[in-house]
Amino acid sequence: MNGIHDMGGMHGFGPIEIEEDEPVFHQPWEGRVYGIVTTIRDAHDVYGPYGLRSYIESIPPDRYLVASYYEKWMLALENALLAKGLLSKEELEAKTSEYLDNPGAAVPRREDPEATQRVVENIRLRLPLAKDPDADIRPAFQVGDAVKARNINLRGHSRLPRYVRGKVGTIEKLYKIQDFQDHVPESEQGPQPVYSVRFKAEELWGAAAEGNQSLYIDMWESYLESA
Amino acid sequence: MSGQHHPEPESYAAIRARAIESLLVEKGLIASDAVDARVQAYEQDIGPLNGARVVAHAWVDPEYRTRLLENGTEAIAEFGYTGAQGAEIVVLGNTPDIQNVVVCTLCSCYPWPVLGLPPTWYKSHAYRARVVIEPRAVLKEFGLELDDVVEVRVWDSNSDIRYMVLPERPSGTEGMTEDQLMALVSRDSMIGVAKAKSPAQVG
Repeated sequence: MNGIHDMGGMHGFGPIEIEEDEPVFHQPWEGRVYGIVTTIRDAHDVYGPYGLRSYIESIPPDRYLVASYYEKWMLALENALLAKGLLSKEELEAKTSEYLDNPGAAVPRREDPEATQRVVENIRLRLPLAKDPDADIRPAFQVGDAVKARNINLRGHSRLPRYVRGKVGTIEKLYKIQDFQDHVPESEQGPQPVYSVRFKAEELWGAAAEGNQSLYIDMWESYLESA
Repeated sequence: MSGQHHPEPESYAAIRARAIESLLVEKGLIASDAVDARVQAYEQDIGPLNGARVVAHAWVDPEYRTRLLENGTEAIAEFGYTGAQGAEIVVLGNTPDIQNVVVCTLCSCYPWPVLGLPPTWYKSHAYRARVVIEPRAVLKEFGLELDDVVEVRVWDSNSDIRYMVLPERPSGTEGMTEDQLMALVSRDSMIGVAKAKSPAQVG
């Protein structure tokens, strides 16, 4: 979708704020949110085919811009749980009120050593990028081909940023096939060749480009046409 | 009670997170110890030291370096670094003429098995917006000023491939052991916003 998350090339965000020796999580609740988001999916299909990030991308732009990283995760988690019917708005608000009234109240615990074992194993589990990684798919482009990124404006999840659409680049490398991640009709889903495509900075940014710079981005084949 | 220290009130986000966790525990949808384990894994075990070990090994073993640049995923798996957000890892070798820099403009994609979870700046709106259009200006903010003859290659990790930078081995490190070299490999040098440290910098 043409969302606020598609930020490449935007102006006005100011300098990069760099924190020396920052902790992995700045507050304990960030770790809990991270842990919940990444473990609940081991047993339940909470986020659907486009993942948590499609929920992050659907956060309204004004909210997205002021929310911290893990606030975005939490908001996305909430919306996914509500959409799946695993939580109701009423119980979530009621429980929030309870903790607002009793800030010291403990969070209940539920131990499940088997599920925990699975979570630990899944962290290092190797998964292919396509359900059928050996599918016989012939790439349409070769290294060195000039290609143009199509001007696709999908309402759902997409991995084609605005800043390359309509721009001409060169195929640098053919990667392994990957399942397409965009929110498209079933007939367009499934594995595709993926290429590393190089765009010169001048092609992307015109006269504003810095010198001697190029941009490499991964392109599923259906993003591309011959140039 | 005046003069006594009061703990800061919890933020709304902290309260909200507790409400969500409570409900999910009550419903049996999550296991508390599984959440603990996941947090612990990335707070304690999986971080940029993994990547530093890979880089230091590549600096001392030319054959490993070749394998690493040709098939990053397999070469990194030799150390047991596999899994979440690292199904396919491509390693980008810096040279005196090429500085590779990694970003995820759409989100926060990052090679977890070798670098752990990304720092806040990597996920910031400013970095995601700016590094594709003005990488030299951004690198300067990290203290890295590049000569005009150095080509800057910015890699936007928008697919499920993850990228890690193999920084150049600093000069004056010829006699150093792999363990000593590891200390020179900063997280930022493996994202591409810094060079590896010199022996003098780490003392």
